[in-house]
Amino acid sequence: MRDFSYYRASSADEARHAALQSGAMLLAGGTTLLDLAKCGVMEPETVVDITHLPGLGRITVDAGGATIGALAKMGEVADHAGIRAAFPAVSESLSLAASAQLRNMATIGGNLLQRTRCSYFREPDVFPACHKRNPGSGCSALGGVTRNHAVLGTSDTCIASYPGDLAVALVAFDAVVELGGRTISVDDFFLTPGNTPERETVLERGEMITAITVPASAAAKNSTYLKVRDRQSYEFAAASAAVGLEFEADGRTVRDIRVALGGVATKPWRARNVEQALTGKVLSPETVEVASRLAMEGAVSHGANHYKIELAPRVVARAILKVGGLV
Amino acid sequence: MTIMEPRKHGDASDGTVGGRQTRFEGNLKVTGGATYALEYPVEGLAYAILVQSTIPAGRVVSVDAEKALAAPGVLMVLTPDDDMGLLVASDWGGNRPENQPYYPLPRQVQYNGQSIAAVVAESREQAVEAARLICITYEQTPHVASFNDTAAGEGKVMDNLTSGWGDAEAALADAPVQIEGEYSTPREYHVAMEPHGLTVKWDGDQITVWEPSQWSHGMARSYSEWFGIPYENVRLISPFIGGGFGSKGAALAHGAVAAFASRKLGRPVKLALTRPQNFTNYGGRAATRQRIKIGATEDGILQAIVHRGASETSTYADWPEQTGAATPILYKVENFSSQHRVVPVNAVTPGALRGPGKNPSAFGIESAMEELAYKLGMDPLELRLKNYADHDYQSGKPWSTRRLREALTEGAEAFGWSKRSHEPRSMRDGNQLIGWGIGCGTFPVIQAPSEAMIRILGNGRVEVVSGAIDMGQGTYTILAQTAAEVFGIPVDQVEVHLGDSRLPGAAIAGGSMLAGSILGAVHKAATAARDELIGLALNDEKSPLRDTGANTLTFSGGRIAAPRDQGPSLTLSELMAALGRDEIEILRNTLPEGATAQEQHQAWTSMAKVQGPTMGEYSMHSWCAHFAEVRVDEDFGTVRVSRIVSAFDCGRLYNPRLVESQWRGGIIMGIGQALLEEGLVDQRNGRTVNGNMGDYLVPTNADVPHIEVISVGVPDYGASALGGKGVGEVGIVGVAPAIANAVFHATGKRVRDLPITLEKLI
Ligand SMILES: Cc1cc2nc3c(=O)[nH]c(=O)nc-3n(C[C@H](O)[C@H](O)[C@H](O)COP(=O)(O)OP(=O)(O)OC[C@H]3O[C@@H](n4cnc5c(N)ncnc54)[C@H](O)[C@@H]3O)c2cc1C
Ligand code: SF4
Repeated sequence: MRDFSYYRASSADEARHAALQSGAMLLAGGTTLLDLAKCGVMEPETVVDITHLPGLGRITVDAGGATIGALAKMGEVADHAGIRAAFPAVSESLSLAASAQLRNMATIGGNLLQRTRCSYFREPDVFPACHKRNPGSGCSALGGVTRNHAVLGTSDTCIASYPGDLAVALVAFDAVVELGGRTISVDDFFLTPGNTPERETVLERGEMITAITVPASAAAKNSTYLKVRDRQSYEFAAASAAVGLEFEADGRTVRDIRVALGGVATKPWRARNVEQALTGKVLSPETVEVASRLAMEGAVSHGANHYKIELAPRVVARAILKVGGLV
Repeated sequence: MTIMEPRKHGDASDGTVGGRQTRFEGNLKVTGGATYALEYPVEGLAYAILVQSTIPAGRVVSVDAEKALAAPGVLMVLTPDDDMGLLVASDWGGNRPENQPYYPLPRQVQYNGQSIAAVVAESREQAVEAARLICITYEQTPHVASFNDTAAGEGKVMDNLTSGWGDAEAALADAPVQIEGEYSTPREYHVAMEPHGLTVKWDGDQITVWEPSQWSHGMARSYSEWFGIPYENVRLISPFIGGGFGSKGAALAHGAVAAFASRKLGRPVKLALTRPQNFTNYGGRAATRQRIKIGATEDGILQAIVHRGASETSTYADWPEQTGAATPILYKVENFSSQHRVVPVNAVTPGALRGPGKNPSAFGIESAMEELAYKLGMDPLELRLKNYADHDYQSGKPWSTRRLREALTEGAEAFGWSKRSHEPRSMRDGNQLIGWGIGCGTFPVIQAPSEAMIRILGNGRVEVVSGAIDMGQGTYTILAQTAAEVFGIPVDQVEVHLGDSRLPGAAIAGGSMLAGSILGAVHKAATAARDELIGLALNDEKSPLRDTGANTLTFSGGRIAAPRDQGPSLTLSELMAALGRDEIEILRNTLPEGATAQEQHQAWTSMAKVQGPTMGEYSMHSWCAHFAEVRVDEDFGTVRVSRIVSAFDCGRLYNPRLVESQWRGGIIMGIGQALLEEGLVDQRNGRTVNGNMGDYLVPTNADVPHIEVISVGVPDYGASALGGKGVGEVGIVGVAPAIANAVFHATGKRVRDLPITLEKLI
């Protein structure tokens, strides 16, 4: 691990300013940054510690929705009574993520910006070819061990999946990222790899996430996050779904439904085609099963990750049936 | 501040052999007072790190270390160009080629991740940073990534592992019911909590090595032979070990590198392997595959078993993971044939990992037996009992003890097996299919001569001194219990000193042989020390017990007295004071009378004197039967183990509490093996791509269900002096097939290749 200098920012402006220098990186909980620095993937010259900035850890929930400060800890948000009541999927996505120790360290802003778990990305010495790390160098994952790679949103240059859970719940409920000067929906915040897999978000140098806001909705209140994996705990998703549902007054016709997928796509994946197929329909196991399959429209597998195309719609279907009261 | 309440030790009988004494060194460990190898405060340390190959096969043409040497803090770079002047050390059997040079950083690259250079610097961070500046030029040659690679071929037959009797092929062909299956297990790793590494320091031609070790004497011998110094000049210190599971029994190349660097620099050196290097610097369990054919009558009597197995080994050493190890002894069968091959691939040489051989072997035969049961439409428990082996058909010898029948029946009773419905997919709870399965396991009783010293001190304390080690299995505790029992004193009046090659010699803590071996020596030494004390007490004119007229003395409740209350009773310290003695020191070993110094050295530092399970009159083994319940979410293919009952015959248990925890540990590792663990190899360059704990998954607490363990053993004095058989290895053997069988019962899908990950079930 290369030597770096450490700078503790005392105001948001100071942090943004410091982050403008080349080689500077913001440091929140450090659970992604230090991990990847030790792997030789991220090489900060200066780390700008933002954990002492005042006011950025606040969580507020009111009738309009929730505002979660960028420095709020994963564990705090998961356990927040207001979040649990109004956004169960958000709370669950966090309590099912990582481990208790990590959730106590890691922040919400850092969580959105966690990097892929592609093994090839994480081992530069052995696998120099990685477009995401080093644009133009190739992609070692293609033709390699791909069990955890994405089937949706991939390109010829990169098939790495976005591993996080929280962002999946956020994208389902139209959450917005506050960047100080501007705001952007979580869906638009993340980019698919295309020809520039090194660009994962629209964040510009010197920009900082200050908060995330999630508008309240009936669907968000009746929501769940379902995460499927081989190990019962402390593993990234093989496939996951964040789903929220609001019925019409008849209690069976869908008024509003939100579906997003994790573990299978290059970014947190909103499945609007599934939502459209079910909106206005009477919810039944059959309609749900057929609609859930639409989530895999355009999916492409690369060897060992083929199972995700079969698994993900089943996860979506179960989550919908659960919030619909059918299982 | 009170850190914790004082512990209660249960009743007084805990302090005797067979009592449930809590872990003797437990407080030290949980309060951070136990010092591990990399934590010794040695002055003036330099830090070494390893640079590993990024190609699977070929030659190092050159190493350009100029920039690294110029980097801040760098003291030294070692490469294949450095002739360290080392000699090859003895193998496990104590055999050693004459004057063969040893290159811990070889020029020849045999696998991806092999160490080929080392950087030593003032700090670890500086060494790591400098290592990135090293430029290595290779000449790459074609490689074989795994034994599934078409270039791997069939490998070579291990003649010593070929076994058979009767006419298996003919009996199989004649059998009215036949099944056949191929079973495979992937590369698996130890993943001990404490990674490998060492601190090493020279004083002239004396070397001290602080290194986690399952065998302080055997590893000390390697250091002495590598460096051509007398054995006595090496001191290997290893009082606490954070788990070994078979990986810490031998000195490894990185140890030689650190010791050489330290000698050359004239400074102590610390070398800690990174977690990923713990997947490449030494081998885990080899990948295996085995084809099993079983022939039976229509009422389920076995007629023949034909077994053909193979395991991966490296291109530079043969290490067989013996897939036919359990196959011949679990059941009664008159016709049997087994063969095992090793297939060289470009990987680090595999090694022993909990239950070596027996473990993958049991996965094969115990899966196949259930396949046969379903083919016959018979309860798998009934099939097993019906083919119960009354003696060892392989050696022809009687069992010393074998309570596998009791393990099966009492385990079944505790599990509620009789409530099972036979048909696959017939038990369900909502979305979840429920399945039950059985897996039997076994592990041989092996033993080696050992030596121990007992010191009775003037203050009344008793010391047990041995170079044996404790990696968590409980050596400290049971040795303290043994001495406490012999002297009739509380356990806390005993001190135990372990884990130092300068102390009396002991068997390796491996193959479940240490407890049986070292207890024999400690018991012998303690009894001899007590006899000496009795002799003095009855004869020395200063002794208050002299005039009792007794011809022996009793030791109980911390007091020494003549039998039947004649005369005074004294504590140990009072008696020692009366005798005017500061110390009584007795050394005893379990070698035959009159063993030479040379034979003693050989006994502690090689496997040459190990007694196998069938070398005497009997065939001696531990046995177990696991009953597993799984819940499978059929939509997702996820398997959760919801309940396990395991019954064991390990003879007499020296400390049931610690034994139970070893069994549970084995079972938990078995859950990992069944459902999660697999080294994933990139076929293009032979690299294991998930060599870290984020990607190589072992069970978390959430994956571990309620585990009930039952002992059905009886003391087996044919197997060991105090009646115990081995307990550490057997716990894992048979767990994976029990789970695979339960998955079949739940889903109707037979998974023959581990681990049972979700994509295999959807
Ligand atoms: C073993 C392990 C298992 C894990 N399992 C899961 C899991 O199951 N599910 C899951 O979702 N996640 C998982 N994670 C990821 C974990 O959630 C993230 O590492 C964590 O949320 C990152 O937060 P942090 O505060 O530590 O970020 P840091 O490491 O401090 O920062 C991460 C990145 O974000 C940047 N950054 C941080 N804060 C800001 C900000 N406010 N504005 C702009 N940039 C910022 C940093 O510069 C850095 O590039 C796991 C991580 C580990 C190590
Ligand atoms: S999938 Fe993406 S991150 Fe992984 S190696 Fe290819 S380019 Fe790099």
